[in-house]
Amino acid sequence: MSPETLLTCIVFLPAVWAIPLVLFDAKAKDAMRYWGVLGTALTFALTLQLLMQFDSNKSGMQFKFDTPWISNWNVFFSLGVDGISLPLVVLTGFVCLLSMLASWSIEKNFKGYLMLFLILETGMMGVFLSLDFFLFYVFWEVMLLPMYFLIGIWGGPRREYAAIKFFLYTLAGSVLMLIAMLMFYFNSDRSFDLLELAKIAGGTSAGRSHVYGMSMQVAAFIMLFIGFAIKLPSFPFHTWLPDAHVEAPTPISMILAGVLLKMGGYGIIRIAFPLCPYGAQYAAYFLAALGVFSIIYGAFAAMAQTDFKRLVAYSSVSHMGYVLLGIAVWKIVDGKTVGREYWEMGLNAAMFQMIAHGISSTGMFFMVGVLYDRVHHRDINKFGGIAQVMPHYAGLAAVIFFAGLGLPGLCGFVGEVFSVLACWNFSPLLAIVAASGVILTAGYILWTMQRVYLGPEYKGPHPEALVEMNSRELAIGYTLVVTAILFGVLPHLLFDPMHGSIQALTQSLASSYETLYGAIQTSQLP
Amino acid sequence: MDFEALFKQFLSGDVAQQASILRSLVIFLPELVLSGSIVLMLAARLVSLDRIIPTHWFALLGAMASFVIVLFQFWQFGQAQTAPVEVFTGLAIHDEFSIFFRGFLTFFLVFVIALTVLTGIPDDEDAPDFYSLLSGAVVGMMLMSSANHLLMLFIGIEMASVPSYAMTGFLKGKRRSSEAALKFVVYGAGAAGVMLFGISLLTGILGTAQFSELAPRFQAVFANHAGMQDPATRCVVLALLMITVGFAFKLSLVPFHFWCPDAFQGAPAEVGGFLSVGSKAAAFALLVRLTTSLAGDGTGALSQLSLSSGLALGLIAIVTTTFGNLAAYSQKNIKRMLAYSTIAHAGYMLMAVSALLVLQSVQSDLVFQGNHQQNGPRAMEGLLYYLCVYLFMNLGAFAIVALIRNQTFSEEIDDYKGLAQQVPVLAICMAICMFSLVGIPPLGGFYGKAFIFASVYEATNVHWFMWVVLATGGLNTVISLFYYLRVAKTMCIDARPADAAPVTLAASSSPALYVMLVSGMVVFLGIIIDPLSKVALHAAHALF
Repeated sequence: MSPETLLTCIVFLPAVWAIPLVLFDAKAKDAMRYWGVLGTALTFALTLQLLMQFDSNKSGMQFKFDTPWISNWNVFFSLGVDGISLPLVVLTGFVCLLSMLASWSIEKNFKGYLMLFLILETGMMGVFLSLDFFLFYVFWEVMLLPMYFLIGIWGGPRREYAAIKFFLYTLAGSVLMLIAMLMFYFNSDRSFDLLELAKIAGGTSAGRSHVYGMSMQVAAFIMLFIGFAIKLPSFPFHTWLPDAHVEAPTPISMILAGVLLKMGGYGIIRIAFPLCPYGAQYAAYFLAALGVFSIIYGAFAAMAQTDFKRLVAYSSVSHMGYVLLGIAVWKIVDGKTVGREYWEMGLNAAMFQMIAHGISSTGMFFMVGVLYDRVHHRDINKFGGIAQVMPHYAGLAAVIFFAGLGLPGLCGFVGEVFSVLACWNFSPLLAIVAASGVILTAGYILWTMQRVYLGPEYKGPHPEALVEMNSRELAIGYTLVVTAILFGVLPHLLFDPMHGSIQALTQSLASSYETLYGAIQTSQLP
Repeated sequence: MDFEALFKQFLSGDVAQQASILRSLVIFLPELVLSGSIVLMLAARLVSLDRIIPTHWFALLGAMASFVIVLFQFWQFGQAQTAPVEVFTGLAIHDEFSIFFRGFLTFFLVFVIALTVLTGIPDDEDAPDFYSLLSGAVVGMMLMSSANHLLMLFIGIEMASVPSYAMTGFLKGKRRSSEAALKFVVYGAGAAGVMLFGISLLTGILGTAQFSELAPRFQAVFANHAGMQDPATRCVVLALLMITVGFAFKLSLVPFHFWCPDAFQGAPAEVGGFLSVGSKAAAFALLVRLTTSLAGDGTGALSQLSLSSGLALGLIAIVTTTFGNLAAYSQKNIKRMLAYSTIAHAGYMLMAVSALLVLQSVQSDLVFQGNHQQNGPRAMEGLLYYLCVYLFMNLGAFAIVALIRNQTFSEEIDDYKGLAQQVPVLAICMAICMFSLVGIPPLGGFYGKAFIFASVYEATNVHWFMWVVLATGGLNTVISLFYYLRVAKTMCIDARPADAAPVTLAASSSPALYVMLVSGMVVFLGIIIDPLSKVALHAAHALF
């Protein structure tokens, strides 16, 4: 398959797959389930095919192609993939397949659920693959509607509140992003091409250097950052997350934690940093501090929860803090980037952490969901002794939770340790604080495991329902456990494809900041 | 001079004059066909033909024929690349812009007639009256969109308004309907009077009523005048304010919007849908034509005029959008909510006109980076795209309201609870229309809004106040989410109460297909943007 077709198929296959669902009989639930699983499996297979065709020795965009979409406004349908987006695309395919398999417990209006689910997948793939800012924005919003309904219709008791909160936060962020987008559009003589915009920002575009002024870069960076930080989520924009997670049905929580949060990090790496190097550098210390604060804050908040799902949600806030920290450790002295390889390490760690969190938090939400399906409550204090009745389940869950904790040998460790290490070069103080977050993480996860899985016997409601996982659930659980171990033991599997792109990114950012600095010194920059 | 004498004069007149009138009549053919269909409808009732052939067929065929003729004119224009033609001795103008709007209006008329046929308003007895009013109003709107003379402006507005008053009160037995019509009439008459006063002042000062002459005359009259101390300046400002009042009434801009919620609530939903789209589009066409011809080339005295009127419209747009959105938030009746939403959307669209005027006031290369010749047309492209999407999304919403009303006899939002379980088609289409009204991609409403915001952003280079306009526009998008989402939520998420009247609609029935077509167009315009955006830009170029 030609790369263009492949990329287009990855984006649109799920949405097209949703159309024939109209013809299915509403009662033919099993047929629809298998149809959905087949669709997500095919998409996942396509992403694997992309992985095969991807050449990890090259650093730039691969398979890039443009087709005019709105020619009056210079908007292109432009897709492409590099080492930064590739792992996230594969992760999206993977998480979607698993959560589709976890959707067996959805009862109400299954057809509508499936259609929205598939449209959501198209939106997510589009965000990671589009190279045109306008297209990116459109896909970014495309996810919004299905997500609203998926939480709002199939969610828990406070679903409407959670759904509208999610919608409102994201929309507010998007409006800021829209304004920032217009800033770049008009200052670059009408271009939405992300690569071109980044070149202009770096002063390497022919004839159009230094057109983004300092104040414009700072303003645009703040707007973009808020838009992405809401999705990430970073303190103080995180408050939608616990509500959305708690109310969303299990498979949707898996997608939320596994993929949606990654869009924030991806947006910062792909758009906010390259397009406004000055603004990014200007805010770097603040971002790193915010990341560290999120780590600590999320860990403390998680410790205080009694709702199992809420706990996992706050652990996401904490874990995504490492992503922000890893991205932000860009140290500059007198216009020169100091210790670029440490920053590179930080970005690598951020990317790795995103994937690792995609696996571990998907797994954690799945494990919570398995329990909830059986006993219909999530109160940690009413659990206990699960390991006695469901030993197989408890074993798998333990591995997943240890992966979240960051135990060496599991995927969570690599990202956390590297981002803290990279931070040492940037600011030892922040590194020390961030490292102490690991202790807190260990604290709440071990304490939770002790309260839920250990103990003599289960005394909560519905003890009779606690039966061992069925084969479908086991398959999901084992897949997650195997990948968690795989990436923990062989992290280079992930580092290899992304290393080249990240190196190129840090190099170009460092050199563009250097030229910007020169321009500022000679006051050429408006 | 009586008719016979006039006719004789025409026959004996010189050849050039006859040819010009004939040519004008040919260009005027779409309006003539519509008027002909009105005569036919009324004549058919005289001979009881309407018992055999339902009246709506006359109306529908008339509207379709006139749309086809407009399409043909458009094609002809594209073939010959002709310059704009002034028809009827300069009273009206025939260019791509007017063709675009005449096409828009006749196309819309076809859809409205189809909707009234599907929902059964009016009944057979009243059909000739209703359809003559409807087609008559569209003729008036078409005149508005091709007006080239202040007199024509007034005639067009009145001709569009008077049938609207009657249609608002069309549900004769209903108190609310009559009240709404009365309110509408009184308000309309007042606004028309003020506007006429303004027109006469403007004509008096500038000594012309011809649009194309306004800018040069203004330039000449105000070449040496300075400041507000000058009585002539004050007089012109007063005249423009008074004309703005007339427009503000037609566009339901704050503070001349009071008729709008009452009229929409009292009128049948079909009429509401018609008024919200048709009269708005025509009024915007007229406003744009008047303001662009007043602004002229934006040099000398015109620059100041253009900038200050642009900023004034921007201020009105801010207030209108914010007020409309905030007021819509607390509405319980869906038609009332849609009325306030119409007000808010008029504000968004007015931002385009405001941006256009502000952009036109500066002709310098220093202010803009890159190519700025396109700025004006692009602002108009945004407005035209917005209007086209607005046609579908608003008509879709009103059509669904009408269809549900026919079964539950209720227009309260609370009675829409859980309709997704009974009529998923209506609930999904309503959700599409609502989200498009918020402006969420990939639905059409987003693109119109984004294009307009882009123009407003470009205008910030000229004046800082446009930042306020842009920020208000963005903020309002977020606010508006609440009430649009509430409708979608009520229909899709809530459970249907056990005692609620059941609603049934087969997915393959013609009303369902109609609704699917209209909301399908909203989605279509959100994915395939190029063709319409090109046509809109082409039409917009005719103005500059």
